[in-house]
Amino acid sequence: MAETITTSPEAVKLTVKDFQTDQDVRWCPGCGDYSILAQVQRVMPEFSHKKEDLVTISGIGCSSRFPYYMNTFGLHSIHGRAPAFATGVKIANPKLQVWVATGDGDGLSIGGNHIIHLLRRNVSVKVLLFNNEIYGLTKGQYSPTSRMGQVTKSTPAGSIDNPFVPVSLALGAGATFVARTMDRDPKHLQEIVRKAEAHRGTAFIEIYQNCNVFNDGAFFPFTEKDTRDDNVVYLEHEKPLLFGKKKQNGIRLNGFTPEAVSLEDGKFSASDLLVHDQNDSTLAFILANMIHNPTLPRPMGIFLEQSRPLYEEEVVNQIAKVKSKKGEGDLQALLDGDENWVIQ
Amino acid sequence: MAKSLQTLDEVTIRFVGDSGDGMQLTGTQFTNTAALVGNDLSTLPDFPAEIRAPAGTTYGVSGFQIHFGSQDILTPGDTCDVLVAMNPAALITNIKLLKSGGIIIANTDAFTEKNLRMAGYSANPLEDDSLSGYNLQKVGITKLTANALVDMNLSTKVIDKCKNFFALGLMYWMYNRPLDQSIRFIEAKFGKREPQLAEANLRVLKAGYNYGDTTEIFTTRYEVKPAKLPPGKYRNIMGNTATAIGLVAAAKKAELPLFLGTYPITPASDILHELSRLKNYDVKTFQAEDEIAAVCSAIGASYAGNLAVTTTSGPGMALKTEAIGLAVMLELPLVIVDVQRGGPSTGLPTKTEQADLLQAVHGRNSEAPLCVVAAATPADCFDAAYEASRLAIKFMTPVICLTDGYLANGAEPWKIPTVEELKEIPVSFAKDPEGFHPYSRDEKTLARPWAIPGTPGLEHRIGGIEKENITGNISYDPDNHDLMVRLRAEKIERIAADIPLQTVHGPEEGDVLVLGWGGTFGSIRSAVNRAQASGLAVAHAHLRYVNPFPRNLGEILYKYKKVLIPEINTGQLLKLIRAKYLVPAVGYDAVKGLPLRAEDIEQRIQDMIGGKNG
Repeated sequence: MAETITTSPEAVKLTVKDFQTDQDVRWCPGCGDYSILAQVQRVMPEFSHKKEDLVTISGIGCSSRFPYYMNTFGLHSIHGRAPAFATGVKIANPKLQVWVATGDGDGLSIGGNHIIHLLRRNVSVKVLLFNNEIYGLTKGQYSPTSRMGQVTKSTPAGSIDNPFVPVSLALGAGATFVARTMDRDPKHLQEIVRKAEAHRGTAFIEIYQNCNVFNDGAFFPFTEKDTRDDNVVYLEHEKPLLFGKKKQNGIRLNGFTPEAVSLEDGKFSASDLLVHDQNDSTLAFILANMIHNPTLPRPMGIFLEQSRPLYEEEVVNQIAKVKSKKGEGDLQALLDGDENWVIQ
Repeated sequence: MAKSLQTLDEVTIRFVGDSGDGMQLTGTQFTNTAALVGNDLSTLPDFPAEIRAPAGTTYGVSGFQIHFGSQDILTPGDTCDVLVAMNPAALITNIKLLKSGGIIIANTDAFTEKNLRMAGYSANPLEDDSLSGYNLQKVGITKLTANALVDMNLSTKVIDKCKNFFALGLMYWMYNRPLDQSIRFIEAKFGKREPQLAEANLRVLKAGYNYGDTTEIFTTRYEVKPAKLPPGKYRNIMGNTATAIGLVAAAKKAELPLFLGTYPITPASDILHELSRLKNYDVKTFQAEDEIAAVCSAIGASYAGNLAVTTTSGPGMALKTEAIGLAVMLELPLVIVDVQRGGPSTGLPTKTEQADLLQAVHGRNSEAPLCVVAAATPADCFDAAYEASRLAIKFMTPVICLTDGYLANGAEPWKIPTVEELKEIPVSFAKDPEGFHPYSRDEKTLARPWAIPGTPGLEHRIGGIEKENITGNISYDPDNHDLMVRLRAEKIERIAADIPLQTVHGPEEGDVLVLGWGGTFGSIRSAVNRAQASGLAVAHAHLRYVNPFPRNLGEILYKYKKVLIPEINTGQLLKLIRAKYLVPAVGYDAVKGLPLRAEDIEQRIQDMIGGKNG
């Protein structure tokens, strides 16, 4: 674990416990949310900012109870709007560290409009999107990430909605940090949270999260130990895409199309494989599209990280620029206006 | 030929033309000059929602009415003395507003066969005797403009764009106004960047003025002396500008940054435009992706310790409803400015209305009380916005500030306050973790502490789920919910102890009390003044505070035999007053997208009393 740094006056080392609240956690037993909460609480003490500068914001849904369990400043807002609240908080006070917890319904359905605009503006907010491909809190209706044909309470004959691919949506919206991870791989989840925290700008993390009540096992091929190696390819910057128990398989590009190849039959070697470049947005789109080919493993990790000006910093810069040109605003001069007259 | 000079107490001029004819600019210029020569005034811009409707059509007509005088001017005028009509469509749609015997300045060049047909005239009204009841002045404004620019090698399009300044110059001559304010305006607008346009506009303005001076058509010019306003420094101000600087003033007095989260909507957008230019006053404007994000970002900014505002109009209010309910639950300061327009739905975007009152007071799910204040005149938008901010901070509550399309775009002279005169707005953020509870309350106001992120030891969670009293923890306890519902209501009621008593203009008891709120102030005051002058025992009370009502309002209502409530809706304040005070008040309404006519209100008062001498 990285060195624990704190700058609060007492210079007390923060621990996991400092981020836990006295509130009973009210998620269903066995829910993937527990792991996400635990991993976030575990890495929080590593970060250099003060605890009082942390703000956790959410909308509505199971995932959105998250702030109640984080012993930071927290705002449990209304359905889908967390990114808008977060933007207001960041503009009002850019030094605050703002985390948003959202779900596939909250973030991509009712709040779809807000998440895309948060991402395009590059406000430094870290978004944890808990994707369980179902509506949990309203008890089992299909969500915008539910699969075609999925039978749910509101789709007894199967869903006819084409689902969103959250990673593709984020890339399309112009996000500067896009990653995918899962509740059942604590180490990977922690690492992605660390990287997201270090990113300057909006960080979008899709987290595969098991809803053991309404959509149990939706991600088991990717998350369970015995199948994960064959079905997941971990993206590592500047490293070839390898997967399989013994890393015996890889991904190569055939034109613009990724394909899975074996390194064991002598046809391909490691040098033929696609090498990940997390700064390449074109590649990020190609990797995001792998989800549409069932013969390919599911990429996990950072799809894209790019550098762009921070929205909240630009707000501050513009104010500073205008002040340096016009000087600090004088209220009486504003009231007086450009043209006035005096009646004796 | 010698021209006679006649002194008038007041005049109403209405400039009307195509949407592209620059009538709003012409009217605004005439207004600014009238203000600077010291007249009292009131304006009514009256334009369509379409940006540039096809030329010559009746639905493309844009108008600007200014009522100015040497006495107290309260309304833009029910009717006008002068109608400047730039084309037949403008004439046919506005002639009904011209007083009998009033002056028509008609641009003869635009009265072509095609334009006459588009306006619906079967014959040219300038050539038959259909306008014989008026003082018709035919001026070839387009040709005279072209003549003034003949050596400048300008396109017909550019020349055409200058003709409104000919009309302006002519009106300046007719009402003995100086040109210098408009000259400064032209130089500032075009001066350096487009010197040729500056030259063209200046020439045309002067040509219009000189035309009045030299032509034999005009034999009389008029003088309107400065108004006897109370001593002080004045400026001319429009409602939206007043709202914007009222918010800035409140933020400065509170020593907080101002945050505006908003989404463009007519007729509120000018508040955003105004505030976005004031960055050196620590103003942050955020044009959000939609109305919902606009209000949510403002709540976020308030949570983080800024004076947070969202501005909108009726349809935007509807979209913000859920978030405003959250602000009620979070008990955070938030100012919501609703510049009301005609509705429902998209309604009449550029026209005025007062029909969002019940939406403001009651329009949220469940019991969600908040404070509602309303502006009475364009300049009063400053005070309303300032007071809304003060109350929001003091009582930790959302406050809705109601203005309307007429106030937003209307203008009047404003006696400028000094910074020192403005009420103090003290802010105290919670600092001490010892015994801190997010939902503990101030004994007097019931306000909860404003505990902003970044304060060590005050980490806490708030949200839309019902709070346990004091701790703010989630609570589904039935008795706690009942208690919290009542506490939230009681807090808003206690605002009544903080606001001034209601005042009355006129006798303290009598036959009729005319009770109003918002932008109808001028029309009602005008009507009441006339009724009083005719000897009637009539008084006017105008509400700044619509929720809660001033604590003496009930007492006032019972002192008059009858209560009349004029509104630009079908009786919304009427419902609130009847429900709360059980008085048999009656309403007067006209929901036309226009200010109420003073004459109509006066008639209603007369009818209630039963004839002039009651």
